[in-house]
Amino acid sequence: MLNFYVTFLYKKMRYLKLLPGLLVTVLLCGCGSPGEKRSEINIVIWHWMTDREPAFQELASRYFKKTKIKISFELYAPSDAYSQKVRAAAQGGTLPEIFGVLGEKRDFASFIKAGHILNLTSYMEKDNAKWRNSFFLNALAINEFFPDNVYGVEAGIYGVPIDIMTIQMLYNKDLFQKLGLNPEQPPVTFEEFLRIGEKIKTANLQGLVSGWGELWMIDCLANNYAFNIMGKDKVLATIRGEIPYTDPDWIKVFSLFKQMQEAGILVDGIVTMINKTAEQLFANEKAVFAFNGSWCVNVYKGMNPNLNYAAIPPPKVTDKYPMAIWGGAGSSFMVNARSKNKEEAVRFLQWLTQPEQQVYLAEATNNLPANKESLERICNKIPKVLEQFADDIDIATHPNIWGISEFSAVIEAFDKGIQSIIIGEKSPEQVAQEVQRIKERELAKIRK
Amino acid sequence: MKIKSILENYMFVLPALVIFAIFYIIPFVWVFQIGLFDWDGISPTRIFVGLNNFIEIFKEDKIWWQSMWQAGYITLIALTFQNALAFLLALACDREIRLKNFYRLIFFIPPILSEVVVGLVWQWILDGNYGLLNYWLRNLGLAHLARSWLSDPKTALTTVAIIHSWKGFGWGFLIFLAGLQTIPRELYEAARVDGADAWYIFRKITIPLMVPVGVLVAILTILGTMQAFVLIIAMTGGGPAYHTQVPVLRILASMRGSSRFGYACAQGITFGFILMIVSFIQYRFSKKFRQI
Repeated sequence: MLNFYVTFLYKKMRYLKLLPGLLVTVLLCGCGSPGEKRSEINIVIWHWMTDREPAFQELASRYFKKTKIKISFELYAPSDAYSQKVRAAAQGGTLPEIFGVLGEKRDFASFIKAGHILNLTSYMEKDNAKWRNSFFLNALAINEFFPDNVYGVEAGIYGVPIDIMTIQMLYNKDLFQKLGLNPEQPPVTFEEFLRIGEKIKTANLQGLVSGWGELWMIDCLANNYAFNIMGKDKVLATIRGEIPYTDPDWIKVFSLFKQMQEAGILVDGIVTMINKTAEQLFANEKAVFAFNGSWCVNVYKGMNPNLNYAAIPPPKVTDKYPMAIWGGAGSSFMVNARSKNKEEAVRFLQWLTQPEQQVYLAEATNNLPANKESLERICNKIPKVLEQFADDIDIATHPNIWGISEFSAVIEAFDKGIQSIIIGEKSPEQVAQEVQRIKERELAKIRK
Repeated sequence: MKIKSILENYMFVLPALVIFAIFYIIPFVWVFQIGLFDWDGISPTRIFVGLNNFIEIFKEDKIWWQSMWQAGYITLIALTFQNALAFLLALACDREIRLKNFYRLIFFIPPILSEVVVGLVWQWILDGNYGLLNYWLRNLGLAHLARSWLSDPKTALTTVAIIHSWKGFGWGFLIFLAGLQTIPRELYEAARVDGADAWYIFRKITIPLMVPVGVLVAILTILGTMQAFVLIIAMTGGGPAYHTQVPVLRILASMRGSSRFGYACAQGITFGFILMIVSFIQYRFSKKFRQI
């Protein structure tokens, strides 16, 4: 054994000859200027936005030229996989300097409470809240927690919106003409919308396409109509458990999906359709309507640059309450509170949300900028349809700004229930009862 | 000296034991431990709930048990249709036919393809509006059979099961073929000399000698199919409604959709135990079968 160690050490001794050279190299490296030291800082950003990857890389290289700080945008897609990666990294304590949290406000709150996300309020409020005031209020609200919030998070702003989005109804103007409809007069009421279904069936075309296999898009449209039929207060009262889902107004919301199905508005197979397929069908002019977010402008441009379409709010059921659409911050970035480079990370986000960078991002990716000034600068340059998406930001809402979250089990039962209505398996009343049963079960758990 | 010899033997087993403990036993205990908590997977605090998560699975989670039955249905199709197909094709390729190596290659292509790719391709073929299958059905004058195969609750689960069988039969084919090739040819020759016909030879020689191989393929099929989910998530996402949900999708939904990490771990443990019981029953059954 001893012999083995002696032989081993003897062999290793040969490398000692290299030691003086190594020392000189280390010393020389230490003589660099402060500027060179900055280049050692590497801000890693994890994102899921495939369509924005080239633009992000370009911005990273611009920032490096300006500051000598390296920015590494790392793309992890699809968003489901991204979400899982961020969660796993949080558990392992290996989150990068900047990342995004996808999901419900409850998840966002959990990340904050676990100390993973930096409170950005002090940075936002500096210089008379210059940074804060540069954003659209709706965009910022998604990343904000107000005092005494139900999540138990310290009040403050915890994320930086990069862009804004709204989710609306889209219609193909050329197909409208084919159906003998005026392309400049889209349906305004739900009855008008249903009547078009008859024409669609006769012309052997497809009606509305959307990624309703991914449940959240059903949730989005159903909530739009819930706001229209019963108003925001009643929707929030239902989430608080004060009004049951068996209320006639909720049954009316569920019934709308049955009516759409019976009128032939919904494309066959919509309940298992992913949004990518829906986007392909609409871009290839196979469907008259689509329900999609403002990010689709860039997607459709890539699939069919000649697509002639427009965006409208979903046709309203009643005038009793205003129609609301989902919108606000499209994508947001958060800073890792435990990163040693968090100050540099905040500085980069401040730079990224300045008008010049926001204009570049908006023009390169056809997304709406989160910075107000940038939107004013580019409003003549962006496609008309994107302008239509932007016009309705004032009526935009989002579950993440309601200050209260519905139970995940209830959301799943609600969305799956709507799928059951569409496939003719259950009636709106049955679904309402099932959702209410699950709601009561979850409320009972909390009371325990 | 004897102790030294025993220790030496244990030393040989130690690496395997350490690896098994690190990658199987410790994670299993850990997952079970998390299953006793109410935890969202992120918060620094966990609330101890004892066996409540397990009780909820058994008492309240109807969707979980629906997903178990559905996985069982897919497994049943795989055990019958998939394995029968695999066995018949293996039997065909075991004979002296032309291009038999080509067929072997072709039959083994589906298992080596990516499940996501297979799922997306079949989704396109089975699409209700522009799918290839419906196109051919309409051209053949069978328009009344055309439908949204994956969105219709009457056909979704069976369609998924058939695609799963198509994707998986290559493994069974390979194992059956290997099994068939181990049967001594002399047995067949002797039977033929004695005047046995092909059906008699098949019943009295091939089938009895292939029983152990059949048991192995059945165990692998059950374990593989019960845990299937990539193909399903790519084709239907578990829809329409809950019609193609399987246990692994439910675990994923609890973990990612509802952020109930503890509950998802409890589901994982429950599922593992069910699979263990199924394997044990099958093992006992196959032991008896071999004795017969």
